[in-house]
Amino acid sequence: MSQETHEQIDAVTGVSTTGHSWDEIQELNNPLPRWWLWSFYATIVWAIAYCIAYPAWPLVSSYTKGVLDWHSREAIVQDLDALKAQRAGTTAKLAHASLEEIRQDPELFAFARAQGKAAFGDNCAGCHGAGGAGAKGYPNLNDDDWLWGGSLTDVEKTIRFGARSTSDKGHQGTMPAFGRDGMLKRQELAHTADYVRSLSGLPAEKGADLAAGAKVFAENCAACHGDKGQGNKELGAPNLSDKIWLFGSDKATIMESLWNGRGGVMPAWSERLDDTTVKALTLYVNSLGGRPEALRTRNGHSAVGNERPAGNCRPLALTQIKEGPQSSS
Amino acid sequence: MADAPLVRPLANTTPASIEDAPLYVSRKPIYPQAVKGRFRTIKWVLLAHTLGIYYFLPFIRWDRGPNALDQAILVDLANGRFYFFFIEIWPQEVYYLTGLLVLASLALFLMNAVAGRIWCGYLCPQTVWTDLFYAVERLIEGDRRQRMKNASGKLTFDVVARKLLKHSVWLLIAWWTGGAWVLYFADAPTLVMELATLQAPAIAYIWIAILTFTTYTLAGFMREQVCTYMCPWPRIQAALTDEYALNVTYRYDRGEPRGSAKKNNALKAKGLPAGDCIDCAQCVAVCPTGVDIRKGLQLDCVLCGLCIDACDTVMTKIGRPTGLIAYDTEMNVQARIEGRPEVRRIVRPRTLLYAVLIVLVSAIMLTALALRQRIDLSVMHDRNPIFVRLSDGSIRNAFTIRVANKRLEERRYALSVEGLAQVSLDAVGGTIDQQGRPVLAVRPDQTLEARILVTAQGNRLPSTTELRFTLTDLASGETAHANDHFKAP
Repeated sequence: MSQETHEQIDAVTGVSTTGHSWDEIQELNNPLPRWWLWSFYATIVWAIAYCIAYPAWPLVSSYTKGVLDWHSREAIVQDLDALKAQRAGTTAKLAHASLEEIRQDPELFAFARAQGKAAFGDNCAGCHGAGGAGAKGYPNLNDDDWLWGGSLTDVEKTIRFGARSTSDKGHQGTMPAFGRDGMLKRQELAHTADYVRSLSGLPAEKGADLAAGAKVFAENCAACHGDKGQGNKELGAPNLSDKIWLFGSDKATIMESLWNGRGGVMPAWSERLDDTTVKALTLYVNSLGGRPEALRTRNGHSAVGNERPAGNCRPLALTQIKEGPQSSS
Repeated sequence: MADAPLVRPLANTTPASIEDAPLYVSRKPIYPQAVKGRFRTIKWVLLAHTLGIYYFLPFIRWDRGPNALDQAILVDLANGRFYFFFIEIWPQEVYYLTGLLVLASLALFLMNAVAGRIWCGYLCPQTVWTDLFYAVERLIEGDRRQRMKNASGKLTFDVVARKLLKHSVWLLIAWWTGGAWVLYFADAPTLVMELATLQAPAIAYIWIAILTFTTYTLAGFMREQVCTYMCPWPRIQAALTDEYALNVTYRYDRGEPRGSAKKNNALKAKGLPAGDCIDCAQCVAVCPTGVDIRKGLQLDCVLCGLCIDACDTVMTKIGRPTGLIAYDTEMNVQARIEGRPEVRRIVRPRTLLYAVLIVLVSAIMLTALALRQRIDLSVMHDRNPIFVRLSDGSIRNAFTIRVANKRLEERRYALSVEGLAQVSLDAVGGTIDQQGRPVLAVRPDQTLEARILVTAQGNRLPSTTELRFTLTDLASGETAHANDHFKAP
């Protein structure tokens, strides 16, 4: 800490000291340049002018508005409008192109995917999860099992009109409550559950009567789920012979499905979202990878062993991010 | 004897008492006189070169082929690229800039250890532009005496006209300075045409206005005050200097006691002590920061050496040896007084260390630049879902990859993965070559983001498997790698 000494005129420089002394080293009190003083006054004047011109002081339930009538909300709206105007060309293209056309155009496809991802987060993630991973009863959109079909047009139709929704054009088809409605007895349902598990190779319980189950299945279930439980996309009847289970593969869950029936609802999004957004959503969901065979059929045949000739090597529908000085500036 | 040079009373600020001490002072006007000599010549040459480089560099062309601009030095902010002749830097390679800054500060340290603030005196933009503005002032308004007379005398038409002309030329230089600045950020010839026809983007005009204002104010009015009040380098300098650093030094061992040539000659004749300094104050008259170097090394001195030129001219005229003021050290002054030999040691641990560090950092940077990858691969695992079970029971992980093609031509890359036995790769919307590798075409000087699906067969996958992605340039065979994990239930 400094010791207080008397202020004095420093002999060497002729400048007065501050009166502070650190180990007998004294601090000079050099005068400030006058322009510094004027700069300081200028900042004060600026601050006052700013308070008058712009919103500045908080009041109890309001704030001083400022004479320039500037609003941060308007500034945001302007920024958003500018962004929309900048994107207008691509947005218009997206609105007019068909799904397949968009997928052929890497930049448009990237734009659609980005827009679709945002729309997915806002509208779909609540049930299907942020990355489309799904949950019990809500299909995982990343896998290759599609209740209502996984082609672009199928997915678009499902998004637009929903399943068991308020729309007439939505997918229909319900799993009856075989037990609750008294159509089948509990024992018959138990045999059926054992048989359904065996369709995808799951081990049967001890004493399971698969033959009895098969008989019940053929009489009651095959109409929708198919002879071998391969499912029916027209009716949204799940494929029972694959490894993917919407509600669960354990016997109790299957019994529950058989007893009470199932019928998950997907809303008809055309009632809430515009056509372009639905299109973008379709392409985004498609790009999650649920249909690898679709990924490779750009030219109408499998791309395996059919690498495109060099020279014409524009990337296929990949997200081409513009980062380089491609366009002259 | 050493007392006299050290006392430095500031005539206009010396208070009679504490109460009279001023809180604020106006700038003491400085009218540096024209001077000729070795250091002035060096300063003119450096001024011409540094300003020449600054003003004309943007117009130098460098052919990079059809896919990039042909400006030798360009900061392309819109596309995030920096071009320097044959080097092109991407934003993520900003460490090259860090390296340059490290080199710049080491160079400053080395300069400082050898000869103090020569950066300030010769190369600092503030010094160079102020020097140029003083030259204009002298050319239009006349030399020191005339300018002092103009300042104290009546405002005649001639004086006003000359002042107007001076400020116009200053503004012209300032405007050109701002104009040159913006040319580093866009294709120079194009931008010049746009500026001339008022078609340039608003931001260009704003920057020109800002730099016109700062150049005009800092070089025309603030001048040495930038160095004394605003710049931190003089303060850092004080901590970095040492006793061997050559500073502009008044050799008071030879100069004192000062006196007129006639008087001192008479004293010398009588065998009485008499110095070589004739107190002509030419060193003060030419000083651009207005100091009296005879008071010793001081904060305001930028070490430009103009006082050396002034003193040498006078000494030559009166037939005494030059070098009364010279790049020397206080240590040597004391050595001469005490009859010890002078010590000049430019090569010493400090300077050696700086030199070695400069070579080392340059070598590291050059090596990094030479071995620089022209492709880059980064991989990010999907977070949600971490894995997906497909209907046939296989497990799939999805990754977002980003491929950077730093070459100025389109390249095709094949992606492969190691770490899992039965594995297949898919790129969303991509093609697959005969070996089952996705092939990605990336446009010149761009990056490409792709969604990659890795599908593994088998029921007994471990919950985590190390994966190594390899990207191979199909043309050159150059590869890039990235590691990640394959997750399973």
